[in-house]
Amino acid sequence: MAATTATETGARPVRAGRRPRLPAWLGTTPFLAYVAIFLLLPTGIVVVDAFRSPSGALNLSGLKAPFVSPDRSLFTGSIQLCLISSVLGAVLGAILAYAIASGAPDGAVRRLYIAVSGVLAQFGGVTLAFAFVVLIGPVGLLMHASWFYTFPWGIAVIYTYFQVPLMVLVFLPAIDGLKAQWREASDSLGASSWQYWRYVGGPLLAPAFLGAALLLFANALSAFATIVAWENQIAYIVPQQIYLAINSEVGLSNVNQADVLALGMIILVAIIMTGYALLQRRAARWLR
Amino acid sequence: MAAVTSVGEAPLAASARRPHGMQAGRRRRLNAFRYVVFTFFTLFFLLPLLAMLRFSFEGSSLGTWSASAWSQIVSYQGPPPLLSAVEISLELGVLTSVVTLALLVPTMIWIRLRVQWISRAFEFLCLLPLTIPAIVLVVGLAPVYNKIRHVELSALMLFWAYVILALPYAYRALAAGLNAIDVKTLSEAARSLGARWFTVIFRVIAPNMWQAILNALLLSAALALGEFTIAYTLLYNNLQVELYSIDRNTPNASVIFSTSLTALIFTFLLLLIVSYAGRRRRRGMR
Amino acid sequence: MEGLSRRYGDVVALDGLDLTVQAGELVTLLGPSGCGKTTTLRLLAGLEDADAGQIIVGGSDVTRLPASKRDMGMVFQAYSLFPHMTARQNVAFGLRLRRIGSAERDKKAVEMLELVGLAEQADRYPHQLSGGQQQRVALARALAIEPQVLLLDEPLSALDAKVRAQLRDQIRRIQLDVGITTLFVTHDQEEALAISDRVGVMQGGRIEQLAPPTDVYSRPATAFVAEFVGLTNRLAGTVSGSTVTVRGRDLPLVDISTPPGPAIALIRPEAVTLASDSSTESGPLTGTVIASTFLGATSRVTVDLGDTTIMAQLSTADAVLLPAGSRVSLTIRPDPVLVSADAAPAAEAE
Repeated sequence: MAATTATETGARPVRAGRRPRLPAWLGTTPFLAYVAIFLLLPTGIVVVDAFRSPSGALNLSGLKAPFVSPDRSLFTGSIQLCLISSVLGAVLGAILAYAIASGAPDGAVRRLYIAVSGVLAQFGGVTLAFAFVVLIGPVGLLMHASWFYTFPWGIAVIYTYFQVPLMVLVFLPAIDGLKAQWREASDSLGASSWQYWRYVGGPLLAPAFLGAALLLFANALSAFATIVAWENQIAYIVPQQIYLAINSEVGLSNVNQADVLALGMIILVAIIMTGYALLQRRAARWLR
Repeated sequence: MAAVTSVGEAPLAASARRPHGMQAGRRRRLNAFRYVVFTFFTLFFLLPLLAMLRFSFEGSSLGTWSASAWSQIVSYQGPPPLLSAVEISLELGVLTSVVTLALLVPTMIWIRLRVQWISRAFEFLCLLPLTIPAIVLVVGLAPVYNKIRHVELSALMLFWAYVILALPYAYRALAAGLNAIDVKTLSEAARSLGARWFTVIFRVIAPNMWQAILNALLLSAALALGEFTIAYTLLYNNLQVELYSIDRNTPNASVIFSTSLTALIFTFLLLLIVSYAGRRRRRGMR
Repeated sequence: MEGLSRRYGDVVALDGLDLTVQAGELVTLLGPSGCGKTTTLRLLAGLEDADAGQIIVGGSDVTRLPASKRDMGMVFQAYSLFPHMTARQNVAFGLRLRRIGSAERDKKAVEMLELVGLAEQADRYPHQLSGGQQQRVALARALAIEPQVLLLDEPLSALDAKVRAQLRDQIRRIQLDVGITTLFVTHDQEEALAISDRVGVMQGGRIEQLAPPTDVYSRPATAFVAEFVGLTNRLAGTVSGSTVTVRGRDLPLVDISTPPGPAIALIRPEAVTLASDSSTESGPLTGTVIASTFLGATSRVTVDLGDTTIMAQLSTADAVLLPAGSRVSLTIRPDPVLVSADAAPAAEAE
């Protein structure tokens, strides 16, 4: 069955013989169905429920929740924590990424650090909090730093621990994308290292850097596991409150509140990710 | 304009041991920088891990040494026994990665070959889980899982949600692999030789991106091993949840450190091996 | 450049190379990949360090200077334009570094773009320009800083054939206009022969011959040059005195100090003419046409001489009269001929 025109029948697998022409996109059905049930449906549930009062009627009051206490302090706390850890993570991660990228492309150091980043970016949660407890906590090995326990500083450092690897993973391709010819052209035109970074390297990397930083921010926003294992009952950030709202034993179970908070987070994150996508498109065009 | 000339001066000694030009100087400065950066970050990343290591050998009273934490990985009774939580998480890892790949690989290849116009939307869908925090997702998943619980109680059912979480990472790994090969030409060559779509996808394209597939597999498995939020909120028991509850119930139980370290090192070694395996193949093909 | 050497690990890229370029001259370094031509260029630019040797420009020794202080303009093979700047900004970049005011910068940039014929595309970004246009902008950018030397690293290799030919002539024209000393690197002999004042044929880190294009072509100094530039026939012959006797004909030698004895004569196809031969005798210079390759205005005809084959280059009109199978007799024009001492002829001329 040789290839004929581009409009040949689509669904796979195809057997020889006459078949009714099915549109090719049907091949993506299993994926679409899966995503519909386990991603779109839950998101839809959250969004819809956020606009409903406990009795089921339409209620928009939930929308102002992020701006009114007590939930407001949750959002502020979340944002504070995220800002600190994403800025720290982005800057440190960028430095590390540059160090990795400027070495041998096939070298052991590079492979090691990429594997480390892959692991640490995922294992941010419970494991990490434990590790820091033993390192710095009451029976800690390193020091007994009480400042570490004030929100948000200590937890911000812990967040940075998994933000940096994520930054490396996301930003490294961008640094790799800087072509040697640009540096050489800039050199031969008379630019110093500083001038190169200021006029060429910096501007080229800026979209990718900002995009990665945004990603880190969104990542920090969602981080729940770490802080649960670190602090217990008191909710400092939104995700914790959501959990409590769903599962609290104190009878505060309030799915609606959970939905509202969740909606607030979705909106925040959606704004961030749109920014990320726009920045990525720019960066991709230059650095591909 | 000026001439480039050579004047009759004696050339420098031909056997200069170290090139002393400007490029070499720049290289030296760069290497110094790298040295500092790597030292700093190695310490930064290692310290907590070393603390964990130290504590995993901690005995029942502070300051004593004991290897019991390591044997306890197997023997901790719970309830529930630690080993069963490990087992569940490992199975979840396998299940998640296999299903994620089964879902993504054929679909991505298919899209690239036949339905390119969908790829923007597809990419959006795959990256969406990055934007929707797990804690939010679980709010909406709760009703879905209530239904699932009627059918099957096992924590293994978590994999349905885990696949979604793994989508962005697996997508990026697979997309990188697809970009590196000329999918269109390979598939056209195969089809002109008489292969059907099934063969093209599974016998021609997929084998050529085996390293990306392996990467995606590992990233998905690592995600499942490290996942806490959804399991915890939905009141299932996986490895991380178990470790957490051990910590809550028995503060500083050293077994949590030994287990965590094992999981970390295990995943790390796997990732490292995969990255080496890829290179060797490329060298062999030259 | 004198005594330049450069090694990469075990590989000797340049081996004591000497090269002098006169003011306003365009010298091309020609050779196969790995011969060291690009390395030479990069050493001159300062993008690599020499292990040994000196580089002197306009009387001053620049060997120790970093690339950014060397006052040279360079055009790369591809991808060297800064993608986030327009053509105008790219061209003005070097001037901006030299703190030239923006009005003056702009004027100069436009002037340079006009020189390469792209003034209308000044505000386009590189990804909006074709490959040929990008290289022209790169040329404008390199010239904008009014360097002492212009360096071109295979600038045409990434372009289509037609664009290549146009751009090559344009580069030469501009180079003559501006009068700038230029070093050009390529592996394409047609380019080298077409635009250079002198051509340096390189192999294995050394220059085999440095001479004007006509000399390199008609009076190759070594067998490598003869075979790399243009096509060659290899015919067995005997050297005695100042001629070599090939199949009964005496041909003058390029190098009259060649020791007598058996040798291989390297003969250009265009030095061979064919005539239809109706006699049935076969002599040393008669043969049968095997095949004919159509090249447009000329054709290359391969003739079987019994013990070897030879290529002749004829106008197509003549070649058409001698189809495969015809018997022909050959005449070899008595151009000076290079002789290679190899006793055994290697692979057929290419």
